[in-house]
Amino acid sequence: MAVNGRDCTMMVEPRTTLLDALRGMLLLTGTKKGCNRGECGACTVHVDGRRVLSCMCLAAMQEGKRITTIEGLEQDGKLHPIQAAFIEHDAFQCGFCTSGQIMSAVAMIEEAEAGWPSAATQDVAKPFTRGDLSPQEIRERMSGNLCRCACYPHIVDAVEAVARS
Amino acid sequence: MHPFGLSHAPDVASAIAWHDFDSGLAFIAGGTDLIGLIKDRAALPERLLDINGLSELTQVAPLPEGGIRIGALARMSDVAANPAVRERLPAIAEGLLFAASAQLRNMASIGGNIMQRTRCAYFRDDDDPPCNKRRPGSGCSALRGINRNHAIFGWTESCVATHPSDVAVAFAAMDATVLVRGSSGERSIPFAEFHRLPSNTPERDNVLERGELIIAIEVPARPEGRASHYLKVRDRQSYEFALVSVAAAVAMDGARIRSARLALGGVAHKPWRLPATERALAGIALNDTNKLRAVIALSFADARALTHNAFKVELAQRVVLRALQTAGERA
Repeated sequence: MAVNGRDCTMMVEPRTTLLDALRGMLLLTGTKKGCNRGECGACTVHVDGRRVLSCMCLAAMQEGKRITTIEGLEQDGKLHPIQAAFIEHDAFQCGFCTSGQIMSAVAMIEEAEAGWPSAATQDVAKPFTRGDLSPQEIRERMSGNLCRCACYPHIVDAVEAVARS
Repeated sequence: MHPFGLSHAPDVASAIAWHDFDSGLAFIAGGTDLIGLIKDRAALPERLLDINGLSELTQVAPLPEGGIRIGALARMSDVAANPAVRERLPAIAEGLLFAASAQLRNMASIGGNIMQRTRCAYFRDDDDPPCNKRRPGSGCSALRGINRNHAIFGWTESCVATHPSDVAVAFAAMDATVLVRGSSGERSIPFAEFHRLPSNTPERDNVLERGELIIAIEVPARPEGRASHYLKVRDRQSYEFALVSVAAAVAMDGARIRSARLALGGVAHKPWRLPATERALAGIALNDTNKLRAVIALSFADARALTHNAFKVELAQRVVLRALQTAGERA
């Protein structure tokens, strides 16, 4: 698989999760292991451009896939706009959920751009646009990422700032 | 996780043949339920067969007469974003969007969604308490344990679990069909007959046999399809399983209901249709709340609450009323 643009070959046991392969074998420890049960979102990465939970994926099922982790967001020493917005808006305290929040937010804005509705969308039959990303929409679309420090208001501010830019 | 083998299915026929032949083999698609079950030791397959390469099962296609065919490997997020689904069958798009989180919806397949197992905490508990689904014959810990989230319809002393899927409730309301292929050919299972009641074999959630693979779900065109709504009530606003949910679809004659379809989630071992109410709704004005309440109550005469879930009997009736009126306003 290609991880952050680099081809990686590894030998794993079938039961190795993508999360454990990234952290333990590729030493990409930016992706965090929270609940390890698909309930907290701390392990969120992109597979072929989509946000997924790496704790619920088997590494051996990712052959040929393109994986992006938090380490792969920065381009030429420049932070991704979502990363910069999290700093600007003070959108974290302990930081454990932050990688997952940021990976989730990056993909979330792309989903909105592609016209995907959410459970907060009043009429799912109507086309959705990025401009419809209200704070309520952002909260719903980011609900798969828990923050036990409860930084939600600042996280929503950070995401909203980028979504509207 | 326990050690298991993993291979990749080259085509549908091989997948079916291998599953038929090997009683230790389980299909894996999105894995969002199966990996959790393995971690909780509620499933201990010896081998997994990755079916994600079967690309002919990923299509979502509008049917010429107005229905939709959803391939078993279509992802929840793709189905929910599909313009034909959103326009023709909003309750199905909503049923998907109110489930899980965006990450899980990107992973989970439609076939896997209706195959997911109960969220009963005793079933998922790796301390292995008595549970007839986990260990057939060991008893039911929820029957006299903590059963706030459990069934009010169709349960038996052997199991009081509920089915956790949201979209299955919408499929049931629309009388969808599950297309299944096995070594002896293909069969169509009416959605209402796909999931089982617990009876005294609660370890079997549905009627699939070994060697059978879900190919697609077909939702036929219904006069009530467009004016449909999925309403879900839960302990937190998002990313939580239902306490009670309902899929409602209505066809109107001016201000009066011509026909209606109703199915409840979170109340039984399978999506629970309300046939007595559905029959009695014809001719009632959508704003005649008292009459609607009386007709909804007809389906709750046989509700049986457990120690901690009597609230569901009242809550479900209110949720049905609200969903019905919201769906009717879309007509």
